[in-house]
Order: sequence, then C-alpha cells, then structure tokens
Amino acid sequence: MSTSQELGGLGCSVKRKEDARFIRGQGRYVDDVKLPNMVYMELVRSPFAHARIGSIDNSGALEIPGVLAVITGEDLAEANLSWMPTMSHDQQMVLATGKVLFQGQEIAAVVGETRFAAADGAAAVRIDYEELPVLVDPHKALDASAPIIREDREEKTNHIFHWESGDRESTDRIFEEADVTIEQDMICQRCHPAPIECCACVADWDATNEKMTIWMTSQAPHVHRTVFALVAGLPEHKIRIISPDVGGGFGNKVPVYPGYVCSAVASLTLGRPVKWTEDRTGNLSSTGFARDYHMRAELAATKEGKIRGLRVKTLADHGAFNAAAQPSKFPAGLYNICTGSYDLENAFVEVDGVYTNKAPGGIAYRCSFRVTEASYLIERAVDLLADEIGMDAVELRRKNFIQPDQFPYETSLGWSYDSGDYEAALDKALEMVGYDDLLREQEEQRARGEIMGIGISSFTEIVGAGPGKTFDILGLEMFDSCEVRIHPTGKVLARIGVQTQGQGHETTFAQILAEELGIPVDDITVEHGDTDTAPYGLGTYASRSTPVAGAATAIAARKIREKARKIAAHVMEVAEEDVEWKEYEFRVKGAPDRSISMGDIAFAAYTNTPEGVEAGLEAVNYYDPPNLTFPFGTYICVVDIDRGTGEWKVRRFVAVDDCGTVINPMIVEGQIHGGLTEGFAISAMQLIDFDENGSMIGSNFMEYLIPTAVETPTWETDRTVTPSPHHPIGAKGVGESACVGSPAAFVNAVVDALSPYGVRHIDMPITSDKVWKVLRDAGVTE
Amino acid sequence: MIPAAFDYHHPSDIDEVLALLDEHGWEAKILAGGQSLIPAMRFRLAEPGTVVDVNGLAELERFEESDGFLHIGPMVRHATIAGSELVRDRYPLLSDAAEVIADPLVRNRGTVGGSLVHADPAGDWGSVMLAYRAELTVRRAGGERTLPIDELFLTTFVTSLEPNELVTGIRIPAASDGEGGAYEKLERKVGDFATVGVATQITLADDGKVSAAGIGLTAVGATSLRAAAAEGELLGSGAEAAAIEAAAVKAAEASSPTADTRGSEEYKRDMVRVLTGRALRRSVDRARAAS
Amino acid sequence: MATTMSVSVTVNGAEYTADVEPRMLLVHFLRDELGLTGTHIGCDTTHCGACTILLNGTPIKSCTMFAVQADAQALTTVEGLMSNGELNPIQEAFKEEHGLQCGYCTPGMMLTGVALLESSPEPSEAEIRMAISGNLCRCTGYQNIVHAIQSAARAMAGNDTSVDGGAGGGNGASEGGGE
Repeated sequence: MSTSQELGGLGCSVKRKEDARFIRGQGRYVDDVKLPNMVYMELVRSPFAHARIGSIDNSGALEIPGVLAVITGEDLAEANLSWMPTMSHDQQMVLATGKVLFQGQEIAAVVGETRFAAADGAAAVRIDYEELPVLVDPHKALDASAPIIREDREEKTNHIFHWESGDRESTDRIFEEADVTIEQDMICQRCHPAPIECCACVADWDATNEKMTIWMTSQAPHVHRTVFALVAGLPEHKIRIISPDVGGGFGNKVPVYPGYVCSAVASLTLGRPVKWTEDRTGNLSSTGFARDYHMRAELAATKEGKIRGLRVKTLADHGAFNAAAQPSKFPAGLYNICTGSYDLENAFVEVDGVYTNKAPGGIAYRCSFRVTEASYLIERAVDLLADEIGMDAVELRRKNFIQPDQFPYETSLGWSYDSGDYEAALDKALEMVGYDDLLREQEEQRARGEIMGIGISSFTEIVGAGPGKTFDILGLEMFDSCEVRIHPTGKVLARIGVQTQGQGHETTFAQILAEELGIPVDDITVEHGDTDTAPYGLGTYASRSTPVAGAATAIAARKIREKARKIAAHVMEVAEEDVEWKEYEFRVKGAPDRSISMGDIAFAAYTNTPEGVEAGLEAVNYYDPPNLTFPFGTYICVVDIDRGTGEWKVRRFVAVDDCGTVINPMIVEGQIHGGLTEGFAISAMQLIDFDENGSMIGSNFMEYLIPTAVETPTWETDRTVTPSPHHPIGAKGVGESACVGSPAAFVNAVVDALSPYGVRHIDMPITSDKVWKVLRDAGVTE
Repeated sequence: MIPAAFDYHHPSDIDEVLALLDEHGWEAKILAGGQSLIPAMRFRLAEPGTVVDVNGLAELERFEESDGFLHIGPMVRHATIAGSELVRDRYPLLSDAAEVIADPLVRNRGTVGGSLVHADPAGDWGSVMLAYRAELTVRRAGGERTLPIDELFLTTFVTSLEPNELVTGIRIPAASDGEGGAYEKLERKVGDFATVGVATQITLADDGKVSAAGIGLTAVGATSLRAAAAEGELLGSGAEAAAIEAAAVKAAEASSPTADTRGSEEYKRDMVRVLTGRALRRSVDRARAAS
Repeated sequence: MATTMSVSVTVNGAEYTADVEPRMLLVHFLRDELGLTGTHIGCDTTHCGACTILLNGTPIKSCTMFAVQADAQALTTVEGLMSNGELNPIQEAFKEEHGLQCGYCTPGMMLTGVALLESSPEPSEAEIRMAISGNLCRCTGYQNIVHAIQSAARAMAGNDTSVDGGAGGGNGASEGGGE
C-alpha cells in the first residue's frame, strides 16, 4: 500500500524532473539546435512607423560573400504568402509590401552562410521610403484627420471592432438613481512580456520526404502547425513543429511571427535548414505587446457602500494589425470578468479597438485574455469608492463580496463562477499582514510626516479556456489532451497537448498520473511540444494547462483504470464488480488483503489478458471543460515613500491565493513568486512608449525595465483551498493569478500613501517622478 | 546583433598602442572594458575599422597611493575599486560610486578610464572625478601631457582627446585628514544609468570650516558638470545645514537636465538639490569622522 | 571577407583552438564553435546576464567580450560546474529550492552564485541579491534563487542544506490540498 507522499501524488512538493537537464546546462532551446548545412537568417526592419516603400535594392547585399538570398514581400506575394492570418480575424503582413505600418516591421529576410554574412547582408539592403503621417495616439485614431493605416481593408477606417457586454439601459438607470457614483480614467499601459529567451526557429525542409520540420519557440505548437498548413499550403502531416525547451513565454510566444514564416520559406527555397534568432530589439519592437487599454471605470453605490453597478468604456490600441491572441469570439478577451469578486446588480462594458502605427498585438502578458485589465480596473475602482464614501477599503470589499453560498454565481455579465470563498482569503491575508496594527502605525507615521500606504486587491481570475462551443482559436475548439501508455513493467509514458515554458509540466502532470494510477512519479515520463508525437492540444497560455490538459490527464488515467479493473478481476479471479480502486490499488471488496497494483495489471495487460479485452494499457482523452475555473485571492501591499526622491519601496507584500486543489505546493509557490514579480514590474517600471513619430523609446533592456533581485520585494505567500467543483481533481490553474491580481495592490498602496495629499489615482507605471510631483505640489518634499 | 567586421590588435606595450593610433586615427577605437563599446558595435552605432585592445597592459592597471596621489590606471575595473579596502577607508566617494555603476557583472569588466573617455554625461565617473579634481596623464607617440578633468569633456560622447592619444593614468589627491565625500545616485533599477547623480567631496580645516569642496553632477547636462557656485557656497562655511541647503540649491541651478523616460526637467533639477544635500551631509559626517 | 585569427582558450579545463573572425562574440564562440550551448543569450545591451560565464574565476557577460579577447584565458561555463561526475552544491541547491523555472537564466545565475560563494562564503540576503542583480530572471521572482544560494553556502560549509521558509510552501500553507 502506498501513500500519496510515497507516490509523489497530489499535494507533494516533488522536486522537478526537468531540472536535471537545466542545472547541467543541457536544456535544449531552439537556438541550441544546430543542423548540418544550416544557414542563418536576419530580418531587415523598418526605421519608420508609417512610410510608403519605394524601391528595395538587394544588390549590395547579394554581393556580400556568403549571402545566399534576400527575400522580400514581393517574393512572398508570388507564393501568396505575403500576408498571414492573425488569431483575431485580421491579417498581418509577413514582409511589408506597399507600405510599412510600424517601426520595426519586417521588410526583408536575408539568408547567409554564417551569422556574419546574414547580418552584413541585412545591413546592406537599401530601401527608399516616403514617410507618411503617423498615428500614435489611439484617441485620435477615429478623427477625420487621422491617416488610414490599413489600406488592405475594405472599410477605410481605423476602427477595428466594437464589443459590449451587459445591459446598457438598466446599468444607466442604476447610475441615475445611485446615491454615490465614482468615475476614473485609468490606463493599463502598453507593455511586453519579454521572456529572457527571444523568439527563434530552425526550419528544415526535407525535399526527399517533402516534410517540413520547424523547431520553434512556441506556446502552442499544434495550433502553429495548423496555421502553417493553412498559410503555406503544406499538408499538415508533412509539417512537424517541435517546441523544445522554451526560455519563458508569458504570452509572447503564442502568435505566429513573420520570422517563422520567412525561415520556412527560406528553407523551402534553399533546401537547407535555416535558423532565425530574434534579437531583443526585434522582440520588443515587433512581437506581441500586451494591454494598451485606456479605460473609464464608473461605479454606482449606495451611501452605505453597497455597490450596485459598474460601467466601463474602453479604447483598445491594437497597433497596426489586430494580432491579439485570444479566442475568436472574444475580441476583448475575458474583459467582462471586470465585476470581480463583487455581487452587484448590473454592469455594462464596452470596448472599441483601433489601429495605430505601432507593433501589432495585443497578447496576454501572463494573463488570461484581458483579465489583468479587468482585475486592475475593478480593484482600483473599489478603492476609489471607499475613498469617496469614507469607508475602509477592507470593509467595503467585505460588504460586497459574493458569499460562499451564492456559488455557482451568475454574474451580470454572463459568467458562472464555479466556486469561491473570498472572505476567507481576505481574512487570512489581513491576519498575516497584521492589518489593524498597520493602520495604527500608518496613523503614527503620518503624524510624524512619514509616508506609507497599504493597498489591497481581492481579485477573481478566470482561466482554463475553455468550453469548446464558446472558445476557439481560429475555429479550433479549446479542448486539450493527454495520451497515457503504461508499459508491461508498469512504467508510464504520457504525452500532453500543452507545452511548458518553465511551469514544470513534466513534474506536475506526472503527479496527477501518480495520484490516479498509483504509480510512483519517478516511473512516469511526460513529453510535450512535438506535434509528431503529442496529441493535438491548444497550448499553454491563459493558465489553461492544469484546468484543461490536467483534467484530460486525470480522465485518461481513469479510462485506463476502467480497463485495468477488468484485468484485475481476471487476474484475481473475481467478478469485476467485486473489484474496487482504493488506496492506489485494486482490491477485492471485503477482502482487504487481496489486492493488485497497477504495475502488476500492466504486466498482465501484455501477458495475460482476459478474453475479449485488447492487449495493452493505454488511453487518450480530449477534454472539453464544462466551464472555466475562477481562482481568486487577496493581496496586501505595504509601501514606504521617500519624500525626497519620490521612490516607493515595498515594505511587505502578503499574497493569499486560492487555486483550488494544489498539485505541487513548491511549484505553485514558485508561480506566485514569478507572477507577483511581473505584476510589480508592470506597476513600477514597464512601459512600451513611442515618440510623436511613432519611434519606440528604447526597444531594449536599457529602457524596457526588468526588475532585478535588488528591487524585487520579498513575497509572503499562503493559500486557501476551494476546489473547483467541475474539475476532475478540483484544480483551477495558478500561473497568472499573481500577475493579474497584484498590480492593483501596488497602485492602491501608493495611492493610499499619497491620499492625504488629495491623490485619487496614478497611472502605471508609477515612476518616482510621478510621486515626486504629488509631493512637490503638496509642498511636502524634502 | 552582429558587429561590422574590423581588424583586431592586441598590443603588448603602450608604444605599440600609440603607433596604431597614429596610423589609424579616427578609424581606430580603443577597446577597454568594452561594456559600452561592444553593445554600440553590435548595434552598428560604432563601426571602427580597427580595434586596439588595451586589456592586459600592466601600466594601465596601476592602482596605488604614492607621491601624494591615488593613482588609478585607466584599465582599473569598477569592481576593483568597489572591492578595495583602501578605497573604502580613505576614498568613500570612489567606493560609493563604484558600487552603483551598472551591475556587478558589468563592474567586473568595465573600467574607470573607458567610462571616463566614453564621455557619457550619465556615466558616474565623470562627476566623481570632477569632485576630486582629478588629473589625467595623456600620451601620444612621442609626447605626454597632463589634462585636468575639467578640460576633458567637450560635449556628449566627445572629449578633448586627439584620436592618437591614450589616457595612461588618472590621479586624485591622496586623502588627508578632514576629508570626506559621498556619491548619491538615483536610478530606476540596478543596471540603469543615473536619473541624477551627485558626487561631493569636501575638506574640513582644523577650525571646522570647509577649506575645499568639489561637486560633480551626473546626467543633468551635455557632459558631467561641475557645480562651481555650489562649491563656493560651502567654502569657508561651517558646513551647517543652511550652507548645505544653499549649496544644494546652487547645484540645482547649475544643472541643465532634459526630460526623458527617467523624469521631467523639473524633477531632475530638484533631484540635484535633494541628492546634493544628502551627499553633502554624508560627506560632512565622513569628513568629521576623518578629522 | 574579414580575416580570421587564432584563439586558444581553456574552457572547463580543456584546451580549444579555433580560427575566428575578431568580431565573433565570446558567447557565440562558446555556443556555435565549441557547442557549449548552456550559455545563453537574452539581450543586446549587456543587461540580462543569460550569457554569464567565469573568466579566470570572475563572472562576466560573454556577449560583451570578443572571442579573441579570451585568448590564453581560462573560462568556466555551466558545463564545467560538475566535477568527477558530482553536481556542484549550487546545482543541487537550485533544484532543491526550486530556484529555476524555464531554466534559461539558470546557468548564468549559478555561475554568479558560485563566484559569490567563492569570495563570500556566508553572504547575507542583501549581498546575494546585489550579487545576482546583473542576472535577470522573469520566472522565479528571485526569492528561491536567493534560497538556493543560501542553501549552497550551507552545503559548502558542510552544514544542512534545508532552508527555513524556503520552497515547498513551508509557511503553513496547505500541502495536502488535493486530498
């Protein structure tokens, strides 16, 4: 008899299997792939944000020894490949033809025998441009004087879509009647996931077998295979995408980028493997940005602090192409989760998407499709309301939380929350941080002229997309999959449709199987990322791996158990109905000493099968979740402000998360640490900004700031556990909660600190000069 | 990000360096720590035809106190200064600055001389050397001159050095009783250039009056700046709070910052005031402790 | 085409000689010429530290040095951390303390950590945080990296390797949430 601890099942902090290779420097990332005869590709990018392309002169490049080819948009057009579909009903240029629409846009691809030749060739391509008026400010996108960016579209407008959710009229009525209303413009600024590994691929066309193999930094290899099949016209069984070890994704590696397509074309053309490795400038200036939501939030409430209505109007800047990576039917993602953790009468949300001369997007930066925007909006708005009516921010939240007995809870914007206990998480966080003492301390500090603030965020996440009839990517229903095979000696090989970028799938999915099969985690290998071997899946983003593929894994294991039960009965010579699965083994009911392990059953499955039962022991499951899952938590941030410089420092940060059943506490805690750090980065320092010419201000790590170990706060974490009622093991997903929930906590803390000076809101990133301005205007600087 | 091709030379003595500089003139670039040059070459913002690597030349790595000076060879790495006990004990301004330049790994490679002659107004050594009133030894084939630090910087990334000249030594007056200095750097994160930096170095005479003062400003002008009027406010004062505040205001007036992602003009100007005050207060404490 | 130069380096104790263009970055030399792909590249501006190696024992960013400059020098990469088939204590500690997720920054982090512990065997948390501040990580939030280096320090001193309050939900969090 085993225990979960011995098996490495659910709830065990099993050390990660994948670490064996990473700590030895034996991880295999795309740029590590080196094939015989391989050549290198470099992209030529536009220095202008909006310009007509005159001539492209390749001659200088082609004269450079070692330069093998220069590919332009015109070349691609001949093969009908100059445009590719985005994941949001739009199309995107692969290489620009006619005009460029953003700075950093790909114009030509140069292939050389060496990195040097490719780079020299790219530097030698001469392009004539005729500069065009540039549209930078999304608020001017719909002005009559605005240049029309997308000449390829039938509708000559920069308006992409209007989307709304909720009941406008009844929400308006609530606002008309309400005792109290608040209104605030706020921005979730343009930022970038910036994983440390940039994008890369190696495309290898095998002319003999007419097969294209592409190693690629992909969070969704199967989807990318299908896109390649559709775009390039190659038969899908002749395309193999391998997403090996990936050096961080955070949403950046969900879309298909021009570099991938060009590499494949170059390999087809030259008959040689072609490697493209993006540099950081290319990564920050051309691949999927996130956010850029310009929001107006309004709350209506009673004077006692009961929130009645939420009204939201949003302008979404999508850049030059709508390349948002999100489910097809959700142009604003899951933004209408913005009623958050609160029980209110009605809400209305609208979003208008526009084009500007900026890089295309937006993707979800460690976020399940615009959920960070939504969570930030409601958690900021609640603080504004608390300030307006003079109520403690904790009490206001408590008063408006959806109560445990209200679950499943139907929100006014159409979501059905599966489970939650918001007050439990709040109370735990308050206790950890010592909230009452902090309030006293704040009073004393203020009396001494010191500036400290406390910020709270009681967020609700929505992850695990999703039910296939509602959620699809390019029509592909958002199921996910697992295939499990048990070998005769009881060892397991499992393959999953999702792909890890550091989340530890090789370990956690093995733990699910260990729990379900009673086989030790060390005897289970989990593979992923190779479309030739893994079952079809939609990929890893939006915290969907555990909610969807994790469920598929449990179900696949349970299917195996069904067959195993027959074999167990056969081997133990009892009737099938007398066999039960208990304590990780099949046992004969009423005869506790008679049992058989899954390992022995596996041997029998190949050596001693009952009549009418196929040999072998394997199963596959494609899991279509009945609903999403709704992780939640409360974060409390305490900041101190330097009144001389305006710098703010996090004194403490307490995070209580509820992601349902925890598979591996060590990994969950690691995910929370990482998410909080990215939330901190967004709140404190990250901004993709442009000058009036549409030139990006600093497309490198000198200007796009990644916090180091010195600035990053120490995180204090804990959890409550409210299992998802519809997930086979009760898990909800956790990768993004902290990045979604934390920005409001940081901002609320800084605003709270500055509230004695009349501050109600400061937009992210909260840089020290913004804080200083408040102090200066209040006359309290050092 | 691949640099353009170049010829690489790694001379074994300084005369050979000078001969190469003579031969190649503006085409040649001296490679010291490379922490600014190599990224610039990767972006092809710099495309020197000839690179002269001066790493490993012992004379350029001189680092000792002698004849009334602290000699800092131009190839002394930031980390060497940050890790030096002598510096920590006697030259706290140097020590302060060395600990906040770029990040620890860059400090292991970057050099004082390379940083100075790069003449980035956001570089930290320029203002530190102004505060110390450093002097440079500059050589060219067949000649040598002494260059006061105040005459080094012409404008952003431009110095008064001729293309055939090499800085072979940097010296600051040896520390004496009653001296103290400090560096205050405001940065957005480790590894960032200064939003504003202020270097201050003062000497207190036996009567407690300020007998010498040096104040250098980082990242608030086309070059590293000396805040001469602020120094004047301190001289002869007792370094009391009012004198420090007056000097801080004068230092802010001496700055001419430009707005960028690090902050507005007025923010940076006020940070000169705030940081000057902080640096001076620490300098005074240190000077009194060293009296 | 530019001329090449001969470079001879000792990497992880082994001698290598190759002809390279002077403009070849040291990191490309290690990765492309020597096949030591454990050293990574993450930026163009010497900020991220994914390319960190030890140059004569000192951690530096190998993307900000030319291969020809390493002539006659001794380098250590992540591939050289093991000795006699045994993991370096820092490698063990990164795994034990969950000091890595995607693994991309990990080689550089570990090498910086090794150099730190060489010069400062009992570093404070602040010292560790400063020492690794030239190495960027986007996954871990650094907390468990700090724990790993503390744990390695203890292991090297011959002490117990466990970290109080370290990875594994050690602060009272529910460990058995699945049951």
